[in-house]
Amino acid sequence: MRRSARDSEDSARKVNRRALFLGGAMTAMFAVLGARMRYLQVDQADEFKLLAEENRINIRLIPPTRGQIFDRNGRLIAGNEQNYRVVITREDAGDVEAVLRRLADVIPLTEPDIERVMTEARRHSPFVPIIVADRMAWDDLSKVAINAPSLPGVTPEVVLSRAYPLDTDFAHVVGYVGPVSENDLAKIEDPDPLLKIPEFQIGKIGVETWMEDTLRGKAGTKRIEVNAYGRMMREIDRVEGDAGDDIRLTIDAEIQDFVQARLGAESAAAVAIDVITGDILAICSSPSFDPNLFVRGISFKDYAALTENDHRPLANKAVQGAYPPGSTFKMVTALAALEAGVITPETAVYCPGHYETGGRRFHCWKRGGHGMVSLSRSLSESCDVYYYDIAQRVGIDKIAEMGRRLGLGMRHDLPMSAITEGIMPDKAWKRQRYEQDWRIGDTINASIGQGYVLASPLQLAVMTARVASGRAVQPRLVRSVGDTELPVPEAPPLGVDGSLLRSVRQGMYAVINERRGTGHTNRIVDPALVMAGKSGTSQVRNISAAERARGVISNDQLPWNRRDHALFVGFAPFDAPRVAVAVVVEHGGGGSSVAGPIVRDVILRCLTPGPLPPLSAYPESQRARMETLLTSLPLRKIEPEVTARSRA
Amino acid sequence: MSFLEYRVKTAPTGLAKVLHINWALVLLVTATASVGWLMLTSVAGGDIDTWAGPQMKRFAVGLVLMFSVAFVPIWFWRNMAGLAYIVSLALLVVVEFFGTVGMGAQRWIALGPIVLQPSEMAKVTLVMMLAAYYDWLDPKKVSRPLWVLLPVLIILVPTALVVIQPNLGTALLLLMVGAAVMFLAGVSLWYFGVVAAMGVGAIFSVFSLRGTPWQFLHDYQYRRIDTFFDPTADPLGAGYNIIQAKIALGSGGWAGKGFMQGTQSRLNFLPEKHTDFIFNTLAEEFGFVGAASLLVLYALVIAFCVASAMQNRDRFSSLLILGIAANFFFYLAVNLSMVMGMAPVVGVPLPLVSYGGSAMLVLMVAFGLVQSAHVHRLR
Repeated sequence: MRRSARDSEDSARKVNRRALFLGGAMTAMFAVLGARMRYLQVDQADEFKLLAEENRINIRLIPPTRGQIFDRNGRLIAGNEQNYRVVITREDAGDVEAVLRRLADVIPLTEPDIERVMTEARRHSPFVPIIVADRMAWDDLSKVAINAPSLPGVTPEVVLSRAYPLDTDFAHVVGYVGPVSENDLAKIEDPDPLLKIPEFQIGKIGVETWMEDTLRGKAGTKRIEVNAYGRMMREIDRVEGDAGDDIRLTIDAEIQDFVQARLGAESAAAVAIDVITGDILAICSSPSFDPNLFVRGISFKDYAALTENDHRPLANKAVQGAYPPGSTFKMVTALAALEAGVITPETAVYCPGHYETGGRRFHCWKRGGHGMVSLSRSLSESCDVYYYDIAQRVGIDKIAEMGRRLGLGMRHDLPMSAITEGIMPDKAWKRQRYEQDWRIGDTINASIGQGYVLASPLQLAVMTARVASGRAVQPRLVRSVGDTELPVPEAPPLGVDGSLLRSVRQGMYAVINERRGTGHTNRIVDPALVMAGKSGTSQVRNISAAERARGVISNDQLPWNRRDHALFVGFAPFDAPRVAVAVVVEHGGGGSSVAGPIVRDVILRCLTPGPLPPLSAYPESQRARMETLLTSLPLRKIEPEVTARSRA
Repeated sequence: MSFLEYRVKTAPTGLAKVLHINWALVLLVTATASVGWLMLTSVAGGDIDTWAGPQMKRFAVGLVLMFSVAFVPIWFWRNMAGLAYIVSLALLVVVEFFGTVGMGAQRWIALGPIVLQPSEMAKVTLVMMLAAYYDWLDPKKVSRPLWVLLPVLIILVPTALVVIQPNLGTALLLLMVGAAVMFLAGVSLWYFGVVAAMGVGAIFSVFSLRGTPWQFLHDYQYRRIDTFFDPTADPLGAGYNIIQAKIALGSGGWAGKGFMQGTQSRLNFLPEKHTDFIFNTLAEEFGFVGAASLLVLYALVIAFCVASAMQNRDRFSSLLILGIAANFFFYLAVNLSMVMGMAPVVGVPLPLVSYGGSAMLVLMVAFGLVQSAHVHRLR
């Protein structure tokens, strides 16, 4: 097939024409590409630069150091302890299991530990460190450090974690911290982003939770560069946060420790309060528990032991427990009657051993009766009939009003958990609560702190402090926040005539210091420390007619949980009261014999420098026994004031 | 065929050929490849051995191949065109049965150390075949339906084999390069007009039938198209790559962030940073200036090819050169459109710059053919 030269010239020209055309199209495309590049890289550069920065930079929170909690003298109650731990990073370890086996030769590691780490390591990104061992001894940590070359990916770490050096002494007051739960997050509106940091801990109960905002501090931030998988490449800069504020409580750790030891294994609570400032010097609930267990994550076994104990170690009986106050309530009835003018301190009531009203017979604790009883004797010998009588005259509403003025039936605002309101019943209350009318019998029962009346040891201590000072003392638990001392509000007068209060106090003096007083064994012989008080023994069961016919059986023969509660309130010194104490021993038996001695020991401990109450304050006949008892108390050695507010 | 014979007298022989090589083109190609080495070093975090080293070695092999091909007279290659075409079709069939799928659904066969990607080869053999066909065909007959149908079949057979691999990107490139050679050979514009109209109609019906029982594409394929038009609709899914690619490109700004300072690529936000999206690293680190420079280099490579073709009076040679230049252009245009968010992500590397052996070697062989045509041109 031969073509002429002319043909090939023609076709070549045609190809060239089309080539030029195609070249033109390509040039146009190049222009489009260039324009697009210009648009993205020049016109929109700023926007894309911003996006690239947003991609690259991640803001991470730096958890602030939690504020520490000290006692009134600066002794550490809740601090931040260095916690040594070992973590493993999968990508650096290579064969995680082999490394863990080698690590097990160096530090104690159980098979389940290894399993857990393996599972977690598989679940997370390879660069996420997994905790292998927590709260290790320094020796173990250094062993890991020494063996580092044979343990790739294993890193010893030091982190701060909460520690309570006085463990059981403050478990109920200070509470503990724990990891943030879903529940916690749900409760808080607009939660602090800090709470979403894994391992971040917040207060769960007690001061730790009620003063969470003060203690927590403000998170710092660090800007880090991350890659597309979220791995941190480097830190760009950081802004340190503010550590939480330290808190000083009003509690004296040494007194607290003494009281806790004095309560021993009893199911009991004690509150000691400064009658002028309202400062709580000690507030204990027994038995207690070790809050450190909760911080570390309590084992199922330990937790079961706490919940199954019939002495309820987890309950804070001092504020949460509501008990019939029994005879300790008699000051309220007396003051109500005195203020209403239905009696004077000298008014005498005849006690034949029982009181009849509305066709029912109410017994005095003393079957034989007290005979003619005045205010002072009614208190010192705790005559019930006297109160049945005067309560009838004054009526429940006035009694309830006096009770409220003395701090019963109301919630005292302390940064503690589960504070009870107690019950200060009156006619309206019963109507609302039971839709029933108030009956005479109700007043009779209430007059001696039984029936519907319920009060917590804290309320009883406040009541005693108010009677002692004549002022509406407010209890207070926090002395200072950060470097700021909180002002002590001056308590307003109770509005009860001073002479009436004096005669009630005189009766409380008689309880202890007169030979026939129910609390005579609990007297303090040091004239500068003379104590006044009131015992109470409250029934937790109804005594049936059949029982009564057989004769009321003594407490000792009853099962523990049906025995009476033993209560005692007291204050001292009598002439110039400084401290008021309330003690409740659950199912303890007699108030004077069980709770009274504790009140005296606590009062003496509060009023003297310690470490033990002075034996010279006890009646001579009791000194030998007291010495044995006091010296056998398991007191702990409390580290002196932490100076310079050092942070671990 | 005797038409070709007299050229032998004027064609250089022996070492004289070296002088007639289009050295400017060699230089441009090398410069373009070296931009690739630079960027491959950068994305490897400054390490040459990871990607840049192997890439350089491949380029060296490519240069040897290019010169070998260049020294063989162009008429030998023309005579080989049919055979080459048949062999590549055979390989496409073989790879369908024995090949390995990998690297973004490209099929390849490993023959010892050589990795063969028949679809890459097909681009060059198709150009050779079409150029030889139009060289053989009387130019007067090019627009006759029968003589149009034949090259269309020549194009569609390898395209179909590539489509079922499935490798849509390469199939598209085969179609475009085939059409380009037909256009250059002088096929009447009417044909192109009709095909273009039919294409528009097809696209229109694809979209208008969406959601009806007669829809052409699978739902996921529609979604992919959606993603292309609005990547932000699915920023962590399918749209992620294209968004990150645009951020890398745009954040480079006028002058870029500097060598190895590109955060998008260094921190792995940029996908396929050493292959398909290498241009974005260049744009991020050297800015508009750097990216435009590469564009100019590409334009010059193509311009030199076009110039060489237009000087060449041999029909096979000029069609071959132009076809290869068009192939090269489509390659880079599709890649750049893709990485700049102007086209869906189809997985086409950036010629000479992206990391990868097979494509580079085929390209170097193609430039060898260009050089052969240039050396043995009719003077």
